[in-house]
Amino acid sequence: MIAAFALLLVFQLAGEALRVALHLPVPGPVIGMGLLLVYLIARRGPSESLRTTSGTLLQNLSLMFIPAGTGVMLHGARLFDEAGPILVALVASTVLGLAATGLTLHFLTRKNKQEGPR
Amino acid sequence: MNTESMTEIWVYLSAQPLLWLTLTLAVYLLALALHRRAKGHPVVNPVLVSVSILVILLMVTGTPYQRYFDGAQFVHFLLGPTTVALAVPLHAQLKRLLAMGGPLLIALVVGSLTAGLSAYAIGALLGASTPTVISLAPKSVTTPIAMGVAERLGGLASLTAVFVILTGIFGAIFADGILRRLGVKDDASIGFALGLASHGIGTARAFQLSEQTGAFAALAMGLNGLFTAITLPWLLPLLTPLLK
Repeated sequence: MIAAFALLLVFQLAGEALRVALHLPVPGPVIGMGLLLVYLIARRGPSESLRTTSGTLLQNLSLMFIPAGTGVMLHGARLFDEAGPILVALVASTVLGLAATGLTLHFLTRKNKQEGPR
Repeated sequence: MNTESMTEIWVYLSAQPLLWLTLTLAVYLLALALHRRAKGHPVVNPVLVSVSILVILLMVTGTPYQRYFDGAQFVHFLLGPTTVALAVPLHAQLKRLLAMGGPLLIALVVGSLTAGLSAYAIGALLGASTPTVISLAPKSVTTPIAMGVAERLGGLASLTAVFVILTGIFGAIFADGILRRLGVKDDASIGFALGLASHGIGTARAFQLSEQTGAFAALAMGLNGLFTAITLPWLLPLLTPLLK
């Protein structure tokens, strides 16, 4: 488990290094995700311990947003002052974004969909 | 134990990172238990429930956010390696993802532009201030990218982080209901829409639905982050004069 965690950190570190070296607009961990994917393709799949460690971390992905999410309390005043436009813009644009993405993909893949997996 | 020594223990502990780290984990476990008890109902979202409890706790005890974060940062740090770990489910679904490459890219462009530009346009038309509107535009992408984009365009990075979190929670709660009502019921479309419109929090929700849904969400989150970071900085200045 520690070896698998260390491997994840190594790829994150490599991602950060690439980002700084090449001035990429994408954060290090996202680049690290791409690098790990290439590694997994070359290696034909993850080791058992990497699979379980990743699984445990991903099952608790919600946990990792809590510290940043609690930062909402720092912006109480502005959120209150502009509550109307902010709320409408956030809700409407998220619904539009969801619908546009979901409907586009749904219609483009509909014809070769013999069975809905799950 | 008398109140004086209780106060003394509290004053000591509340200044230690250990207390807030432990409370973050405890509150999360409580939120998970509630989520399970509600049979996975999306409104009992673990992020929303945990953040609400913690904000109340911090306000009641008069604890500044910075002191809380001194402890919670250890959990925050795990976001990095966990993002890297998304490669594992992506790899497991690689064949399906590659077979759907064309449709996925088209859905990415349509969805990303719709989510970002509509947030900006609606905010501007309703009279929100310029920094607020700029901070709204990248709200569908993962926090570090959104903050970077907002800052480059003249928005407020920390305000963007709040919008990103709120968008994520909203999407995680309502996405599958909205999509099902529109007749979108396959795991690929639901997952891809969740990850695109609601980044990591949407992806966390997608993993609650199934691993396949989660893999599509992870892919959409990564692709939308990349696409937004590249396109939004030159698209927004084009749109601005139209809304004045």
